[in-house]
Amino acid sequence: MTELTFKIIFIIIIFGLTLLIAMYSTLAERKVAAFLQDRIGPNRAGPFGILQPVADGLKFFFKEEIIPSTSNKILFILGPCIAITTALMTSAVLPWGPAITINGQIYNLQVADVNIGILFVFGVVSLGVYGIMVGGWASNNKYSLLGALRASSQMISYELAMGMSLIALLMSSGTLGVREIVEQQPGFHWNVFYQPLGFLIFMICAFAETNRTPFDLPECEAELVGGYHTEYSSMKLGLYLFAEYINMFISSAVMASLYFGGYNFPFMNELGLSPNAISIIGSSVFFLKIIIFIFFFMWVRWTIPRFRFDQLMHLGWKVLIPLAVLNMMLTGLFILFFKS
Amino acid sequence: MRDSYIPILIQFIVVIGFVVVTMVATHLLGPKRNSIKKLKNFECGIESQGNARKPFSVKFFLVAILFVLFDVEIIFFYPWAINFKELGMKGFVEMLVFVVFVLFGLFYVIKKKALKWDE
Repeated sequence: MTELTFKIIFIIIIFGLTLLIAMYSTLAERKVAAFLQDRIGPNRAGPFGILQPVADGLKFFFKEEIIPSTSNKILFILGPCIAITTALMTSAVLPWGPAITINGQIYNLQVADVNIGILFVFGVVSLGVYGIMVGGWASNNKYSLLGALRASSQMISYELAMGMSLIALLMSSGTLGVREIVEQQPGFHWNVFYQPLGFLIFMICAFAETNRTPFDLPECEAELVGGYHTEYSSMKLGLYLFAEYINMFISSAVMASLYFGGYNFPFMNELGLSPNAISIIGSSVFFLKIIIFIFFFMWVRWTIPRFRFDQLMHLGWKVLIPLAVLNMMLTGLFILFFKS
Repeated sequence: MRDSYIPILIQFIVVIGFVVVTMVATHLLGPKRNSIKKLKNFECGIESQGNARKPFSVKFFLVAILFVLFDVEIIFFYPWAINFKELGMKGFVEMLVFVVFVLFGLFYVIKKKALKWDE
């Protein structure tokens, strides 16, 4: 098996897994909501409602496609395409496990081990704003426009604090490659213990970037109907919703690999397992961490009420950015005086 | 080194293929029973009033402009952060000066009430 064939198979596996997890996140969201509100949740399609996402997906395909007559048709179709494309591209630079050996050949469980990994993630995530803005503007609907404007100003504001909070992590790691950062956290030496404030800021920003509650102003049902996707129907709406769940999955993966050691788990080198066994357990542990983060996203959604827009901007610009700068300077001082 | 970017291209092709297939499939599978009223913009059931492309609150534009300014400044931090350990104390002090400028800019923006929404 050549390197390239392995890469192609691996890309398709990761692609399929991303879609599968995003699909089942929708079911999990409803089940978690039901659990937190003392209800049962969906249980009609299959045992425990296990086929509910399949039924929802098929229904999206068979729904009527409505393009408003006053909208800008090309941009209207392009909007959800951009949103889903950017959401699906981010997974390319994340390491999903340590290297695996098949027939004496070593394969990296990563699509592309580029040395600008984090910059790639930021670049692609920023493009996601276009998907929402283009779709909301092209709808030519007041609710959509308001939702899109709110979404883009919220996402760009929190991107600043997100970028700032990561700088402190980069100062101690000295690299932008995600695999190298993960390898620097062997066993239980996770970055979250050295960067608690940085992680907190990063996580709040991740909530805002994925438009999740308490930052779901772009689509708050009570005032904006559906926000930027008010006019969308059929699979075009499906792609927008899907992109949101994929983004949640990807940000969980990014948080798990940057701050929670990625595929590293405690005592991984003391157990005396073969490298392939460690790879398999490591990948499973990584996915477990991701699922815990996804559960946390949902837990927060059904616990905390929504912010007001001025509060949101206040938190982003006047609290998180100065805090991130402070965290950066403190990290710098700590590295200078205690590590050298 | 350049080879490592080829898988990203492959992934992009896979993603584009998925998106195109989905969009074409939903276009072909769904029913098409359009009418003039149905294709109107949704405004909670009442007759839609005018066009949505009207002048809008300038605050959103201000936020966008400020984002460009501050994002460029943040990108300047990245190469410094990567080489932080080699640069040592000298690099730290030099960056401290830059941080003071950035924070002064932020302070000015806040004092100018560019980020004040409740008025």
